Amino acid sequence: MFELIGVAPQALFGQLLLGLINGAFYAMLSLGLAVIFGLLNVINFTHGAQYMMGAFGAWMALNYLGIPFWGALIVSPIVVAIIGMIIERTLLRRLYNLDHLYGLLLTFGLALIIEGLFRRQYGSSGLPYGNPLPGGTNLGFMFLPNYRAFVVVASLVVCLVTWFVIERTKLGSYLRAATERPDLVQAFGIDVPRMITLTYGFGVGLAALAGVLAAPAYQVSPTMGSNLIIVVFAVVVIGGMGSIMGAIVTGFGLGVVEGLTKVFYPEASSTVIFVIMAIVLMVKPTGLFGTAK
Amino acid sequence: MTTTPLAVTAPQQGFSPVRILIGIVVLAALIAAPFAVYPVFLMKVMCFALFACAFNLMLGYTGLLSFGHAMFFGGASYICAHTIKVMGFTPELGILAGVAFAAVLGLLVGLLAIKRQGIYFAMVTLALSQMFFFFCLQAKFTGGEDGLQAVPRRAFFGVYDITSDFNLYYAVLVIFLIGFAIIYRAVYSPFGQVLKAIRENEPRAISLGYRAQQYKLLAFVLSAALTGLAGSTKAIVFQLASLTDVAWQMSGEVVLMTLVGGMGTIIGPVVGAAVIVAMQNYLASLGEWVLVIQGVIFVLAVSLFRRGIVGEVIAFVKARKEKAGA
Repeated sequence: MFELIGVAPQALFGQLLLGLINGAFYAMLSLGLAVIFGLLNVINFTHGAQYMMGAFGAWMALNYLGIPFWGALIVSPIVVAIIGMIIERTLLRRLYNLDHLYGLLLTFGLALIIEGLFRRQYGSSGLPYGNPLPGGTNLGFMFLPNYRAFVVVASLVVCLVTWFVIERTKLGSYLRAATERPDLVQAFGIDVPRMITLTYGFGVGLAALAGVLAAPAYQVSPTMGSNLIIVVFAVVVIGGMGSIMGAIVTGFGLGVVEGLTKVFYPEASSTVIFVIMAIVLMVKPTGLFGTAK
Repeated sequence: MTTTPLAVTAPQQGFSPVRILIGIVVLAALIAAPFAVYPVFLMKVMCFALFACAFNLMLGYTGLLSFGHAMFFGGASYICAHTIKVMGFTPELGILAGVAFAAVLGLLVGLLAIKRQGIYFAMVTLALSQMFFFFCLQAKFTGGEDGLQAVPRRAFFGVYDITSDFNLYYAVLVIFLIGFAIIYRAVYSPFGQVLKAIRENEPRAISLGYRAQQYKLLAFVLSAALTGLAGSTKAIVFQLASLTDVAWQMSGEVVLMTLVGGMGTIIGPVVGAAVIVAMQNYLASLGEWVLVIQGVIFVLAVSLFRRGIVGEVIAFVKARKEKAGA
């Protein structure tokens, strides 16, 4: 069968796995963006920078404090989330009753500041981060590196837990209610401003977690976030921000599509997601899982 | 759903004696400027001022934030540089080719992007512009990482020599004034009024019988074409078209210029462009700090003075007039 399509199975499955890993990051980032947008009505342009901060958090924890990867997996997202919550309290909060575009512009400015500071300190080239799970398993048709398998499984678990909490628990029902009618939820005695802060912190933490997971898979570099966030924006436009599961499915799906493009038509691999976005805009402008709002 | 208007209302138009006098003084200053200031700096300011004014046509007057205007700026810059350097065009034909390219690209992108509004519009334009960036990175004729260097400065129309920066300055000034006049005319025409109506309340504008989508598309194409004019001119001034011009940072820079100067004001983007270009020139030695400083200006502008420099001045004058009247 593989001879028929003229591609070695090793290359095909290898790229498929790489695509799944990219998809895992798309899914986690677009999930965070969707959760933040739902409650804050802000498109968090800083998301890419916060993902980068997560990766750098892991690198700093290892090199300055001697905290290994597994500790950084917990510490780094929490620290980045706290920084995010401070930003929400001091800057973002003042823009909620203005046009949504101001939130986008503010977070864009913050992204520039963060990226500039890291570039100033660490230069533009990447820093290596050791693989915490060396080795792999031979599955017969391909070699499966342990760490890559871990990234895919871990991010799937994180995404599904997030979905479960938001769609199936009482806490999530408050969140969904506040997304629809914050004023009514406030009237029922729930502290909506605090909820907004925590939601932003959660979304940012998710981005930072993705960053920590990315550190051993790619290099840690100040520009890793800004390159990724634009693709994630396209993912968000394709999926629509209406549904949590939609964000997860679109993220993983597009990662796989990108991986397959690398096998069959490498020249288009960097643009395929944007092309899909253009097609989706023509066919269903609200996005695959989106609702007109 | 109600949101606060994105921009302050523009000053009243009209040709009072004071305005005409101000116009003459400004024109005289522009003509005399290269005797006092380094011409290349002035030309850079004018290119970016035109870019920001064209961009403001979308953000300030139509209420749509495009985060992808770099593709028109850089795209036109590549086409202009390529036609002049490789195909032997004269500058005015090169500029024309660049503008035509930007307009067609604007039409294609606009058709897709105006299907969504608000932040989605911003994300779609950003994503499409990134796609264009990758295209330029891989295409042969753009010269990849090197860009198109040493674009020859042929004579305008075959007669006006522009090899000296001093001569070129006046050609660029004419181009800038033509572009600015088109934008001025568009903003203060019935067309511009409809755009503002769409910005303030799109459903109502539609209910009054205006085809909002067509107006937005036309504004987008016009904005793209004028951005192309700025990008082409820049390619001739610096004799260079490179990836910097199509990168997303360039789209961010023009947003910053417009925001700092005052979106929705006719002169604001010019002031904003002058401020940002001057800042980049004086702080160039600081390297990465420029990025940080630009970010800080963004945050300050959004948090503290959303009306921008010109917008604040207009608001101040207005408040004083009202005080004097009362």
